[in-house]
Amino acid sequence: MALKLSSQERQGLTLISPTLLYALVMLAAPLLMVATFSFWTQNYLEIDRTLTLDNYRAAWGEPIYQVLLARSLRISVIVTVATVLLAFPVAYFLSFHVKKRKALWLFLITVPFWTSYLLRVFLWKVILGYNGVLNSALLNLGLIDEPLTFILYNANAVVLTLAHAWAPFAILPIFVALEKIDRSLLEAAEDLGDGPVRRFFRVTLPLAMPGVVAATLIVLIPTVGDFITPKLVGGTDGLMIANMIQIQFGKANNAPLGAALAVTSMLTVAAISLIVFLAGRRLGGRVKP
Amino acid sequence: MAGARRGPNWLLVYAVAYMVFLYAPVVLLPLFAFNDATIVAFPLSGFTTKWFTVLWETEALHGAVRNSLIVAVSSALIATMLGASAARAMARYRFPAKKGIVGFIMLPLVLPEIIVAVALLVMLMQLGLSLSLWTVVAGHVLICTPFAIAILSSAFQGLDQSLEEASLDLGESRWGTFRRVTLPLVMPGVVSSLLITFTISLDEFIIAFFLTGTDVTLPVYIWSQLRFPSKLPSIMALGAILLALSVLLLVLAEWFRRRAAARQGKDATAAGGLL
Repeated sequence: MALKLSSQERQGLTLISPTLLYALVMLAAPLLMVATFSFWTQNYLEIDRTLTLDNYRAAWGEPIYQVLLARSLRISVIVTVATVLLAFPVAYFLSFHVKKRKALWLFLITVPFWTSYLLRVFLWKVILGYNGVLNSALLNLGLIDEPLTFILYNANAVVLTLAHAWAPFAILPIFVALEKIDRSLLEAAEDLGDGPVRRFFRVTLPLAMPGVVAATLIVLIPTVGDFITPKLVGGTDGLMIANMIQIQFGKANNAPLGAALAVTSMLTVAAISLIVFLAGRRLGGRVKP
Repeated sequence: MAGARRGPNWLLVYAVAYMVFLYAPVVLLPLFAFNDATIVAFPLSGFTTKWFTVLWETEALHGAVRNSLIVAVSSALIATMLGASAARAMARYRFPAKKGIVGFIMLPLVLPEIIVAVALLVMLMQLGLSLSLWTVVAGHVLICTPFAIAILSSAFQGLDQSLEEASLDLGESRWGTFRRVTLPLVMPGVVSSLLITFTISLDEFIIAFFLTGTDVTLPVYIWSQLRFPSKLPSIMALGAILLALSVLLLVLAEWFRRRAAARQGKDATAAGGLL
């Protein structure tokens, strides 16, 4: 293929090449290597480079990995739905009701996100624990007679903590999408006889769809790979696939199986993301901006 | 502020409640940092600053802080340089496969961190390289660069090209133009990018956890301490310090970003910048 580049194009490519090169060496190469690694086997310290599907047979076939992957996906999906549903009204409020201090509100929303992630997760443990903030408050108010136990060391705690941790990532893209909506379209809908509810579902929501899809993906993808939250607040029922990947690379000393699990979860997440993306396009496609 | 059109503004009530939820864990940090009790639980039992003294006397912590500073400063510098050159290319030039290249560079934003960490670990193992602070820097640069690009591309996009052309016409060299015209104009964006990437690297745990050798970074140190209940109050004190530091850096970053926008005569209240 004969490539003829103008000087403009050449300069652009030259300028971006250091960054691209870094990403190729530090991201593309490692990802390819993980993929290769997942077809090898490890016997204590010896790596056997014969290509085999054993790791995938284990990753897809053995109940423990199936359970962990299914649970990770279930928890991530619940977290994502909860986070996006809870975040949407806030973004809507910021975009349509706050007139003057938008930047301040946005700043205040991002501040908690910048405190140590580990400590934030840990503090939820302090809040939700048996002698925690929530239980002592409810006991003092006389609302409960004994501490609630269903709120820590299970999947509920994981959902709550992650919904908190990813809140700004859900609010910001939805806010940006809402800001882009041409306000005259809403007036037009009203003039043509749509009530507030119909207007919201027929105009505002479809136009905000790109933001909702972005928020969904931004929350869904990383939460599948989180292993701090499950470990700190999840108890034994809350462990997720990332914990198992970490164990395989650490204590269990079976990096190839860990790699196969990583590849498996990445492919699963990619497939779900694609579905979300396509669904969002369909839902948002009716009103052209 | 909010339009009070029909009855109480439920959206405002909801937004305030949501903010309470967002801040619930964060406000506990300073409370327990100054609380005179060895267990982290209510009721509070009196004011003390002894946990800060404990921090001052913990040698291992000082090592971790030093390591984290090395990692965060290096990552911020490298990521901002890589980000600046990419952002400049994106804003100024058209070139083939632009979308694909940019998308690929931004990919770490949407990859689970554990995947990035595991992938780098496997490559380092295969190459026989030992883990050190520099392997952590390598990982952090990868995840910080997209943030740097996001911040810097708004700075470079707002740049009026005619200023550079004028400088060239008036006889400045390319380098002179860059140093005396371009750089001063995008400087606030550069500073803002440095601060944000520094903060991200300082707080990053998963990649550091996988790629760190014997020298641990601060979050890895905190993780190791969370297992010991007796260490918790001093960790709370540490968290309070980190919180104050992060907020300070963020305010600075935001201030610089707005100055950048103001210099280029743009509306500074726009939501751009972080995302």
